[in-house]
Order: sequence, then C-alpha cells, then structure tokens
Amino acid sequence: MSEALSTALALLIGLDSKLVEIVLLSLRVSLSAVAIAALLGLPLGAAIAVGRFPGRQTVIVLLNALMGLPPVVVGLLVYLLLSRAGPLGALGILFTPSAMVAAQTILILPIIAALSRQAIEDAWREYEEQLRSLGAGRMNAALTLLWDTRFSLLTTILAGFGRAAAEVGAVMIVGGNIDGVTRVMTTTIALETSKGDLPLALGLGMILIAIVIAVNAAAYLTKELAQRRYG
Amino acid sequence: MSNGAILPLRLAEVSFAAGGRTIIDRVSLEIETGPSTIILGANGAGKSVLMRLMHGLLKPSSGRIDWNAPERVGAPRKQAMVFQRPVMLRRSAYANVAYALKIARIPEPQRGVLVHESLESVGLSHLARRSARVLSGGEQQRLALARAWALHPEVLFLDEPTASLDPSATREIESVIKAFDAAGTKVVMATHNLGQARRLGDEILFFDRGRLVERASVGEFFSKPQSAQAAAFIKGELPWV
Amino acid sequence: MLVLIAALPAVAQDKYIIVASTTSTEQSGLFGHILPVFQKKTGIRVRVVALGTGQALDLARRGDADVVFVHARSAEEKFLAEGHGVRRFDVMYNDFVLIGPKSDPARISGGKDILEELKKIKAASAPFVSRGDKSGTHIAELDLWKAAGIDIATEKGPWYRDTGQGMGPALNTAAAMNAYILSDRGTWISFKNRGELAIAVEGDKRLFNQYGVMLVNPAKHPNVRKELGQAFVDWLISPEGQNTIGEYKIGGDQLFFPNAK
Repeated sequence: MSEALSTALALLIGLDSKLVEIVLLSLRVSLSAVAIAALLGLPLGAAIAVGRFPGRQTVIVLLNALMGLPPVVVGLLVYLLLSRAGPLGALGILFTPSAMVAAQTILILPIIAALSRQAIEDAWREYEEQLRSLGAGRMNAALTLLWDTRFSLLTTILAGFGRAAAEVGAVMIVGGNIDGVTRVMTTTIALETSKGDLPLALGLGMILIAIVIAVNAAAYLTKELAQRRYG
Repeated sequence: MSNGAILPLRLAEVSFAAGGRTIIDRVSLEIETGPSTIILGANGAGKSVLMRLMHGLLKPSSGRIDWNAPERVGAPRKQAMVFQRPVMLRRSAYANVAYALKIARIPEPQRGVLVHESLESVGLSHLARRSARVLSGGEQQRLALARAWALHPEVLFLDEPTASLDPSATREIESVIKAFDAAGTKVVMATHNLGQARRLGDEILFFDRGRLVERASVGEFFSKPQSAQAAAFIKGELPWV
Repeated sequence: MLVLIAALPAVAQDKYIIVASTTSTEQSGLFGHILPVFQKKTGIRVRVVALGTGQALDLARRGDADVVFVHARSAEEKFLAEGHGVRRFDVMYNDFVLIGPKSDPARISGGKDILEELKKIKAASAPFVSRGDKSGTHIAELDLWKAAGIDIATEKGPWYRDTGQGMGPALNTAAAMNAYILSDRGTWISFKNRGELAIAVEGDKRLFNQYGVMLVNPAKHPNVRKELGQAFVDWLISPEGQNTIGEYKIGGDQLFFPNAK
C-alpha cells in the first residue's frame, strides 16, 4: 500500500500527463454540467418559490425527491435516449463528453432547483410584504431574490458541482470510459482499482478528495464573508 | 387636491377573519387629507391588520375599501408603508432606495437625485455606500423611511415604526415623520404608545378588539375620552392621568 | 440545452470508430499496444467501449458500435444469424487459467485435465469465485462445469460464489477469499493484487479462448462507419495486424496468439 502511495505522489508531483488529461476532462465535464444546470435550475427554483399554482406542493416534493436520483439510473435513462436505437440517437453524442455533460446536468438540475427554491422561499417569507408594498410583481420579486440570495445560491451551485465531480455511475454508462476520450477521474479510479493497479487510482482519489474539500471550503468561506460584509 | 389624488380613503363595513377569528369587525371610516391620523389601541386590537388592509396587502373578508382614484397598475405608487421591522436588500443604502424607484419605473438617469434627496431628508447621506443590512436598527428604519419617501407618496402608512427601537433612535424617527407631515404627506400611523400618539398625531382612531370605538382629535381624546375602553386604555398606560 | 451540449468540442472531427469489446481484453493492455500502430498507419482513432461480452453485443444490436470484438463464439454466431453483423473472422486466441490459493485445498495444482480438477474442487467444497455476469469468461466457465458432468446451477453450494463482477474485481474477491477462479491469462498477468493466488491449472486445450471480430451490419444500422470499421477488421486479420497482436507481451510472456485464416 505504501508503495502505491509513493508512486501516486510521484505521479501527482510530476504532473503526469495522463493524470492531467483526466483531471482536466473531469473538470470540463462537471463545470459545464453545473453551468447549464444553474442556468436552468436557478430561475426554476425562483419561479416555484414565489409562484402560486395548482400542484405547487407536489412539484416541491417531487423536486426534493429527485435530488436523490441514483446516478446509474440517470446514466441508464440518458443512454436509452442517446442510443442509436433511441429517440435522440441521430445526435450522435453517445460516448462523447457531451453525453456526459447531459447526464450530469440532469443529475444535478433537481439539486440546484430544489435548494435554490428553499433558499428563495425563505427569503420570500422575509421580503414578501416589503416587496409587494413597493409594488414589485412576482417576476420582479423572483429576480430581486435571486440576486439577494446570491451567496446561498453560490453554495448551492458548489454543492451541485461536488455531486457531479464525485459521481461515476452516469458518466460510466453514457461515456463508455473510453481511453483518452471519456475517461474521467471517477471512472479511471473504478477501472484501475478493478485491475488491482492502485497508484493511478490513489493519485486521482487524492485529487478528487482535495477538490471536494476545496469546494466545501469555498462554500463555507463565501457564506462567512458575505454574512460579515452584507449582513 | 389635484386630479388623481388617491385620498380620501373609504372603508365600508370592512371585516377580516383568519384562522376562525374575527380580527377586524365591521369597521367603517374615512381617511382624509390633512391631519396626521393615529391608529391607537392595545396589542391585539387589530392595528397591524387594519394597516395592511388599507395599504392593500390584505383583502377584506367582507366590506369595501375604496380610494378616491384607483392606482394604475405599473404607475409609481402613491402610498407607501413602513413596517415595524425594516426589510433591506443585500445592497448599499443607496441601492435600496434606488430599488424602490426602479420598481416604480423611474428612468435611471433621474434616480440619483431623488435618492440623494431622500437620504438627505433622513440624515443618512453619509451612509449611502454602506451595506444596508449592517446598519443599526434605527438607521435601517430611517432608511426605510427614505425609501418610502423617495416617490413622494400621498399617503405614508407606518406600522409601529419605533416599537423595536431605543429612545434616541425613536426620537430620530419621530422627527423625520414630523418633517414628512409638515411637507404635506398624509401620515397614518399605528401605535400603542400614547406619548408618541400625542407627539405626532392630530387625530386619534381608537380600536379595541377589531372595532373602531372612538374617533377624536388628540386633545379631546386625552382630556375627555368618550368610551369606557378608551378611558381604561389611557388609565392603563398612564395611571396618573 | 442539447444544442449547447452538442456544440461542445468533443474530440476534434477526426476519423474514429467505436469498437465494442470486453473488459478483460481492455484490461490486458492489448489495445494500448495495437491501436497506436493502427492509428499511425490509417489515421483512424479507435475508441474502445469495454463491457461484458453480452453487453458489448447488445450495444452493437442497438447500433451504438461500429465493430464488435469479443470472445464468445456461440453468442457471436447468434449475433450474425440475427443479421446484426456482416461477417465473422477469427482473430486470435488466448487461454484461460485456473487460479487458486497456494494452500490448494482441493489438491489440484499442476493438474492437466481441467474437467477432473473442477470435479475435485466441487468434491472438496473449496471456495470458488464465478464472474456470474454472462461474460465470455463466465460462459466458458459454465461450459466447463457442464462438460465435467456437473449441473452447477443446482449442485452448487455455499463454496461457489456468484459475484456478478468483471474479471478484475472478481480476482480481487478471489484474492481476498483465497478462492479458486477461472481467469483469462491476460488479465491474470497484469493483475497486481494477487495475495496468495497463483496459477493452478493451465494448458488444457479446453481452456483456449477464441476471439472474433465483426463489422456491425450497415444495412441494419445505417449510421455505422462502414469504411473505417472495415479498415479495422481488415487490419486485424492482415499479416501486419496479426504480427502486432503476437508482439504484445507482458513480462516477456505472449498473451494472445493470432490465428486468422
């Protein structure tokens, strides 16, 4: 084990090119996914938070439940969609990073929508009277709250990124773990571990943990600084 | 009185019930321009609900609430309200006041002057760039007043604006309210504080358990209360009277 | 949203094919050796999606691969018969080895008759790990039990562990449990986590494992990159491709024996 560990450290320090390629792809895929999910999920969360429509409670419960979507299930569903035998096969993006981005976007969209809905609804409870008194309609209110809760929302986005970066089930199925094309940190760790070949797996594992810790630290610090500066 | 003036405000047999309780019970009254009106009563008398009904945040369960001229949707509001606890956005003091103007669709180039005037009138110009939510309670309430004032509303509702503040902050708020009153804005303020009612009010509307029990000028109300409830209330608050 | 995603530059618009193969083949390292040679010669990038044999063939049935390269003759013939493949070519063979703990509870080490040794394992109720995942290796294992006269489905006991895993994970499990396990030689040679395991039985002709390659039928799946795929099939069975396969060694040992006709 310690031999594997020292080899892993050597790979890390020497910035082994394979390692770098894998890490960069992982970041590209998960960052793209979180960007799209945020673009769609934040307005969705805001709309549900300040909206009044029949079935609202059901939508909220459903959204919260979807946060727990198992990544393998998402992977399977997206695979069936993108397969040549499936409805979107003509797009030809199966086994490419685009498919991985699509799958991860679907995976974290409920997380971002549900958590932002919660944050904005809490803020709405505090601001509703005042905003209505000033004459703001629901649309204005939603946009205002999106900006006002920006620090909580940043934490939400970081949570989504963390979830995407750490999952293996979805990207394995829709990406195919193709060497040099769709192999990311998590799928590589799975592969190398199953081969009994630990140094690369360990090295990547350490990077992944470091990323997760960094993301959580960033979320915490953001909240702290924002609280102090803006109240 | 110009055309489009929203006063007088008429309430006709207005009731409001919630959670099985009647909070406002068949209230009829008229709010005219001119004298500053105090909505007076003990806690639980229904003052806050009444203020919200008049301001339009709540709909009556029965009865009618009519302004002289209805406000046009999308036009700058002619009535504003200051709540007991100020609610500020995570922005600078300046930006909070500017927000009110933005909602009212005042064009961007015109906002700066109006904001500065408002901040000036409440003595907060020096804190314009400060983050609003880190200001003290009294400063935030003054900011709320500035924000309400920025559109020069015809009517200013105030729901127990100093209930959460210390005496010196209370004095600052009261002087701002007096200044707005002097500038011609109709002030309608809810309070349970008799001293404040006397300092700021011209007429008293006294409420007890959701009913309008007495209406009189300030002088008459305190020297010769007509109703038993009013008398008891005054006695309770000021036992030496 | 899909327009946004599809616009992401995947790998540049160069020539590539998708080959569905098996995890054991990929993990042996063969592709790392032969694909760069093919790419240098033709400029075609080969993207290998490595799954179990059953999954690889199912992938191709859905039209999601251009070429299949697996090692389960009967399953491949069925695939052809269904019209999903154009033609099947023998490419190479490797062999299976029976791996076991050095303590050898079933007393079979060094044996030459695989069927006899399997009977001994069952008689001793020695721990045995099966892949249980309908892979080529799994099917080969089941065929061997059958040939030994054992109906393993009904006659197995707690000593027989059906794990449902790929070759690597199954070897990990066998190492942890000190159990016997049937593995392809390639995966075994590159497997690093051996614990107390070693080769117990090898060399029996019944342990040979034949690989076949097929172009997925463009008549059934119009999106198949037929020229590029055919180029790969042709190269695999060409003298140059066959030589390249034979050259692949780990620690001096040849893993795959080219036998295209």
